[in-house]
Amino acid sequence: MNVSYKWLTEYVDLEGITPDELAEKMSRTGIEIEGVDYPSEGLKKIVVGHAVEVVDHPDSNHLHICQVDVGEEVLQIVCGAPNIAAGQKVIVALPGSRITGNKKIKKGKMRGVVSNGMICSLEELGYTDHVVPKKYAEGIYVLPNEAVPGEEVFSYLSMDDAILDMSITPNRADALSMRGTAYEVGAIYNKKVTFPELDYVEDPSEDIKQDMQVSVENPADTPIYSIQIIKDVTVKESPLWLQTKLMNAGIRPVNNIVDITNYILLEYGQPLHAFDYDKLGSKEIYVRRAKAEEKIVTLDEEERTLSPENIVITNGEKPIALAGVMGGLDSHITDETVTVALEAALFDPISIRKTAKALNLRSESSARFEKGINLATVQEAGKQAAAWMAELAGGRIVSGIAEARSVEAKDVTVSITLEKINHALGTELSEDEVTSIFDQLGFDASISNGTFAVIIPPRRWDIAIEADLIEEVARIYGYDNLPSTLPISASHPGYLNEKQRLTRHTKHFLEGSGLSQAISYVLTTPEKAAAFSMRESDRIQLEMPMSEDHSTLRMSLLSGLLDDLSYNIAHHNQNVALYENGRVFYTSSEQTLPIEEEHVAGALTGSLQQADWQGKEQRIDFFVIKGILEEMFAAYGLVEPITFVQRTDLPLLHPGRTAAIMLGDEMIGFAGQLHPSVAKERDLKETYVFEFNFQAIVNAEKHATIYQPVPKYPGMSRDIALMVDETVSNKQIVEVIKENGGKYLTAVHLFDVYQGENIETGKKSLAYTLSYLNPTATLVEEEVSKAFDKVQSALVEQVQAEIR
Amino acid sequence: MEMKEQLTSLKEEAMKQIKDSHDLKALNQVRIDYLGKKGPITEISKGMKKLPSEEKPVVGAMVNDVRTAITEEMDKQKEELERQALQEQLMSETIDVTLPGTAVAKGQGHVLTQIMEEIEDLFLGMGYQIVEGPEVEEDSYNFERMNLPKDHPARDMQDTFYITDDILLRTQTSPVQARTMDTHDFSKGPLKMISPGKVYRRDNDDATHSHQFHQIEGLVVAENITMADLKGTLEVFAKELFGADREIRLRPSYFPFTEPSVEVDVSCFKCGGKGCSVCKHTGWIEILGAGMVHPNVLEMSGIDTDKYSGFAFGLGPDRVAMLKYGIEDIRRFYQNDIRFLNQFKVKE
Ligand SMILES: [Zn+2]
Repeated sequence: MNVSYKWLTEYVDLEGITPDELAEKMSRTGIEIEGVDYPSEGLKKIVVGHAVEVVDHPDSNHLHICQVDVGEEVLQIVCGAPNIAAGQKVIVALPGSRITGNKKIKKGKMRGVVSNGMICSLEELGYTDHVVPKKYAEGIYVLPNEAVPGEEVFSYLSMDDAILDMSITPNRADALSMRGTAYEVGAIYNKKVTFPELDYVEDPSEDIKQDMQVSVENPADTPIYSIQIIKDVTVKESPLWLQTKLMNAGIRPVNNIVDITNYILLEYGQPLHAFDYDKLGSKEIYVRRAKAEEKIVTLDEEERTLSPENIVITNGEKPIALAGVMGGLDSHITDETVTVALEAALFDPISIRKTAKALNLRSESSARFEKGINLATVQEAGKQAAAWMAELAGGRIVSGIAEARSVEAKDVTVSITLEKINHALGTELSEDEVTSIFDQLGFDASISNGTFAVIIPPRRWDIAIEADLIEEVARIYGYDNLPSTLPISASHPGYLNEKQRLTRHTKHFLEGSGLSQAISYVLTTPEKAAAFSMRESDRIQLEMPMSEDHSTLRMSLLSGLLDDLSYNIAHHNQNVALYENGRVFYTSSEQTLPIEEEHVAGALTGSLQQADWQGKEQRIDFFVIKGILEEMFAAYGLVEPITFVQRTDLPLLHPGRTAAIMLGDEMIGFAGQLHPSVAKERDLKETYVFEFNFQAIVNAEKHATIYQPVPKYPGMSRDIALMVDETVSNKQIVEVIKENGGKYLTAVHLFDVYQGENIETGKKSLAYTLSYLNPTATLVEEEVSKAFDKVQSALVEQVQAEIR
Repeated sequence: MEMKEQLTSLKEEAMKQIKDSHDLKALNQVRIDYLGKKGPITEISKGMKKLPSEEKPVVGAMVNDVRTAITEEMDKQKEELERQALQEQLMSETIDVTLPGTAVAKGQGHVLTQIMEEIEDLFLGMGYQIVEGPEVEEDSYNFERMNLPKDHPARDMQDTFYITDDILLRTQTSPVQARTMDTHDFSKGPLKMISPGKVYRRDNDDATHSHQFHQIEGLVVAENITMADLKGTLEVFAKELFGADREIRLRPSYFPFTEPSVEVDVSCFKCGGKGCSVCKHTGWIEILGAGMVHPNVLEMSGIDTDKYSGFAFGLGPDRVAMLKYGIEDIRRFYQNDIRFLNQFKVKE
């Protein structure tokens, strides 16, 4: 809400408080002020002019040559506005002046005619299109006749004001009005708030009963509905003071009747609606829910199709307005209106919100009904508006009010102990201090036995429970004045749980191995979401995604990591090693919510170690990622072994270069090369990936470190080179060696694999070092030789190895 | 006496030659020349037989002295020559130490994780637990349990990704608090927790908006928890995260699940409060939301509000990182460009 500083001073004395100081103080005590705007800032030498003569420009079909009295002299100004006319008081930007946008106005010639300045529209002073009265939208603005030539225009237009941009949180709708804001300002400065007396005179010769009956279908929808009738009005332009108040608040002046309803809306926060009584088509108003498919043409000339969610005002038969949201076109105020039916009401906030949302019709009125209004001033606001209509439109107020009312405004008493306040805030406030805070807020508070009974007026409908009062005390007392302490409680240790601990370990390990942590989008395309999924699951999709790209929950981390890789490659980063830890989502038949499973994944391309001047490049291949994973798994201390099992059938992966990661007999993940055709689709080069179910690691049984004494006796080693069919796997050979190695064999280390020249086609050569150790005695040469011979013959026998 | 003189001059001569030997070969020649079987000292020893018996011991001792002196000098010289030879060899092995070191493959933790872990560690040290919860939540936990019933106007403040009418992507990590309050056994002590994690809002991605971002929320519920405790805790937090000189100030605000609710400004860590572009020339940066847990929220978890009270606070690591490092575009966090990721090496 835009709050006029000048208007505020009508209700509360702000002597010695600048608008900026006020803004700061309000922000620190309750209502955030997002900015202070000074409308005349940056403008200069803009004065009232009297157009004494206006003639057409001889060489133009739209320009006029005007002689304008600007006080000390008469200036010739060429003006293109279609609505310029002799005798008008206009806004003149003198030569050397500045208008909006810091634009400088100079003397000049227009089509050969000298022009000493410019006659301005409101837009040229910085007003936005949507607040300028329609009448002046296409031309210059015309000031009232009383304006004195030569004087600055700013005070005439109330541009010498300061406008506070108030950001109101949902709990402080009480401040969505000038009166509400005045109470707030009064409270924070401890100043008295005063409002003008209502000057409301009814015409006793007419009784509203003859002209109007009102009733409501459901008092819950419409707790208060009232109509007043004002006769013999003259619809015309509002006085300038009223127009400028509206414009400063961001509302476009329309005519005196509509402007008065908006003025009261700003003053009280009470939305009103004015009908042209003669166009209602009946002497009755009935408020009800709309019927399905019922239609109304609203003020904005749109035909609206309604539903039973909407509350409508009817003339007993058909809708004439959308309650609290917008009036109907048929009964709106026109220049011909002579009798006004003025509505002041209270509607159900939820229905209003739904209607405004469904029809996309958010207005100043609907916003206030949605957030709540002051029950105590529904009728007062209506009377005030009627009084203004009598004064500014020459109307007569018919005596009486036609009303259907099921609620009364009541004070609410909230009790709280002094102890509770101090307890909640950590303060040591005294009874007197708290009493004076309540007093400042305008709440009557009495105290007995340490308990305050605080009487809350209806204007603060947000206050109902103890916590509300505590908040009021805290903000008026000042948060800066609160002490700072730490919670006193039995100290107990904070620690990472098993999963958190293992997660950190895993991250550190992978980072130490050269992978950087990525955080990718969880929402992806339906296609990517299901790719690499390790479980059968339906896709989990959003009801209303912002885009197809982020519409479905991922079932693998690789969905995002491959996007990251593509992004890097597209930005010429050739060597990329990323990992991610996070959740994937599967549907579940057993629980309401999806299964969220913690995964760890990696995607690598290029080299882990670039070639440098020493020449060593570490290209990423299957064995690089396998090596990292093996070392990482070893550090978890899993009881069951981790193995890598060749798999040719995993989709999107290279059929010859992919392994399942097995924990015991259970597959918990995979590692391999991204299928070259998938890589090509995504503009990736040779790429290696892995992903595994981290939760399985967390859940798995683990052993602690098992210490073995450092051997006292020296070990021995023997090398063996053999040639086998290329289909024989390393795993098969190692198994044969281990089965036949004897009790002193401690390790088998592969140190060479060769295939190619000098080797028969279809064969490969491998070389291993076998290490032997007897922990209790020095090994004897013959023992080792015997064991080694056994291995050799077993290899020949079982894998048809040729020992070399 | 002739022999004595002879010995003295021999010694002098030998000493000079040792000194003049510039390599081991020359030194060895000196050894052969003077101490060898055919050398002059051996000759003199042999000639001693002819000496009168009373002179023999004297000359014998002299011969021994000279032999020892020469041997010692030779050893010394040998050591020196070896030292020189080693030095020469080492100098010939000189490398260019300005050549780059052999690279070690080293990855980085994501900047957001770094910030979250820093906060986690601070609160672990103050006895808090880290609690995680589902990212796909029930509407009731995400909103209703946070004092936002279905028709609450503040629901409009948050645009939400729904999966069904009742299931959504959490818009805040607060539902974790409700879930934890439901199960916490207060007879075993206070509840002190922080909940970090991903949250989602229905937003169009641009430089300052992201449909996915992070949040860390903290909650303490116990007997005698006051707003002063909240203020004190946030002060510790601000000083830890942004530097020991930081101050905080509280401004009233509104969150449905706390009352009183405050927004927390931290004195600007760029300019120290004098005013700069980071703090928009106010000297303060809005960084946290906080407040005393609303009694409705406690009651919905079956907590006795006459006995227990609590505070809660929350902040966005994405925003913190953007402010701290001057990161210009929130999308950078989720694009994972290695030129971005690998910048955050310094462990602060
Ligand atoms: Zn600053």
